[in-house]
Amino acid sequence: MSGSRSRSADDTLRLRPSPAARLHPEFLVNGEPLLTSTIEGDRLRLAAGGPWTADHAARLERLIAKVRVPKKRVSRVEIDAAGIERLDTFGAWLLERIVRDNAQAQREAQVVRLNERYRDLFDEVQQANREPPPRRREAGAIRSGIEGIGRTMVMVGHDLVQIVLMFGAVMVALLRVLVRPATFRLTSVVHHLDRVGWRAVPIIILITFLIGAVIAQQGIFHFRRFGADVYVVDMVGILVLREVGVLIVAIMVAGRSGSAYTAELGSMKMREETDALRTMGFDPVEVLILPRIIALIIGLPILTFLGSMSALYGGGLVSWLYGGLNPDIFIARLRDAISLDHFVVGMIKAPFMALIIGVVSCVEGMQVKGSAESLGAQTTAAVVKAIFLVIVLDAFFAIFFASIGM
Amino acid sequence: MQAETREVAIRVRDLVVGFDSRRVLDGLSLDVKRGEILGFVGASGGGKSVLMRTIIGLIPKRAGTIEVLGVDLGRASLKQRRAIERRWGILFQQGALFSSLTVRQNVQFPMREYLDVSDRLLDDVAMAKLEMVGLKPEVGDRYPSELSGGMIKRVALARALALDPDIVFLDEPTSGLDPIGAGEFDDLIRTLQRTLGLTVFMVTHDLDSLYTVCDRIAALADGKVIAAGPIETMLASEHPWLKAYFHGKRARAVMG
Repeated sequence: MSGSRSRSADDTLRLRPSPAARLHPEFLVNGEPLLTSTIEGDRLRLAAGGPWTADHAARLERLIAKVRVPKKRVSRVEIDAAGIERLDTFGAWLLERIVRDNAQAQREAQVVRLNERYRDLFDEVQQANREPPPRRREAGAIRSGIEGIGRTMVMVGHDLVQIVLMFGAVMVALLRVLVRPATFRLTSVVHHLDRVGWRAVPIIILITFLIGAVIAQQGIFHFRRFGADVYVVDMVGILVLREVGVLIVAIMVAGRSGSAYTAELGSMKMREETDALRTMGFDPVEVLILPRIIALIIGLPILTFLGSMSALYGGGLVSWLYGGLNPDIFIARLRDAISLDHFVVGMIKAPFMALIIGVVSCVEGMQVKGSAESLGAQTTAAVVKAIFLVIVLDAFFAIFFASIGM
Repeated sequence: MQAETREVAIRVRDLVVGFDSRRVLDGLSLDVKRGEILGFVGASGGGKSVLMRTIIGLIPKRAGTIEVLGVDLGRASLKQRRAIERRWGILFQQGALFSSLTVRQNVQFPMREYLDVSDRLLDDVAMAKLEMVGLKPEVGDRYPSELSGGMIKRVALARALALDPDIVFLDEPTSGLDPIGAGEFDDLIRTLQRTLGLTVFMVTHDLDSLYTVCDRIAALADGKVIAAGPIETMLASEHPWLKAYFHGKRARAVMG
């Protein structure tokens, strides 16, 4: 019914209420926006009416799109704005857009009889968007793909340089502290040691305990088939002390403390705290980064030791409860199977992994830019890179120890 | 006398807001009339921003009523609340621009959420708004971290005006701007207020702004509005805090 009625009256177009108007009925008090077109000789007369506001912008756009201007006959367009009850920036811009679109098509266009109180607003909008907006060049899919690979390669190189630079800066700061021990920030180191070491103990012990238990369970399950149950002790001992203990702990610390370092340094950088330090004559590397890295280098070996012991304990417990291996036998067997070398190999790696985690997370922290998004991105990058480099370092150590026969 | 009869945009009655055992606002009442620029002054830490944040619903109130555009926000349904939120814009003190979006996307954000219009119109109107607050089109593609303090305020104002609101809340709009920039910003607020017919609630410390752009001033002390009216009323007041504020060394310098 209403559909056919709206079609009839010359070119008046009535559409369904806009979503905003349906949601908030009070916007409908002023009725619906209108745009009627009539042709008088060579002149197209558009009568605008109702509220021309943001809430009706979607409908207005559709109304404007439906206005057909007969190309040949019409040379002038006149927009009669007398019927407009309310006008805001959206409506004013849409009026101006009709004017500009027609002007572009070589037709004379103007707005007439606009309510005086909207004159200022319309004048303001008429000044806007005169300069064409700057267009960005858009590359093709292949080109942007290749460009992406190139950028990533440059980034990788940049990262390596940054890590080396940070390593150098930390060494210089360390040497300075060695020359003048009074400048060493013991309080800061102890504070960070408390956070990255002491407070990490419960979770590290729990996780390594479970890992040790799982290794033992799997070993017993598979070795039992050929009656080699007892060799599970060799496997648990060597695996935990040489590799798994230190790796699990390093990965946990990278996720737990490396990310915290990046986020802390990053937000300090965002809020210009590092700049403030620098202007007061302090080196951020010496004040912020060195204590953090030293705390990690002290903390990680301790955590590794605790983690390895906990994993052995877990392995022993499972061997006893699940494999029926008496604890006395487990300990005797462990004493035969492992030598001090295995323990040393694991422990030697720990401080180096701590150094890698510390340097990478501090590098990423110092690269945070102003936005919250960049803080998130750098923190993610710090954890991913730290874990990756920890595993790469572990592989190099494996080759190294194999070649020196440890 | 004309002003007395004008419609009230924000009506606050006996408002009490507190944190723990401390009452920051204690029985505060205030009217903001439609189409006026109200300057709100008070000592630092006295609760100016608390009042603004309570009106816009960021801080819960303990007692009292807040009516905005005739709707009691304490009793409004979620739908009514949304409708009111759609009709106000807020300029936060630090700008509060979304740092992961460009300037243009920041301005478009409320439009995109509330209106169902074409991308072309979004782009055009966003650029027009940026131009209205005095920014060049090329600023549109920059990120907030690449802007100066004055530009951040302008972009934040453009975002506050994105949906052509009826009421704009400004939290210390000229703080951190140099005197020239602050003066330009004052003019801008005046111009926009006139062209868009805005009601402006402005928390400020800037004596220049109070003298040049505010139609009325309300002063806060001890959790209450101790005086409200045009600048002359403030100057004539005998309240010790107001005397210190408007007749202090800095105030005399502004008055010349």
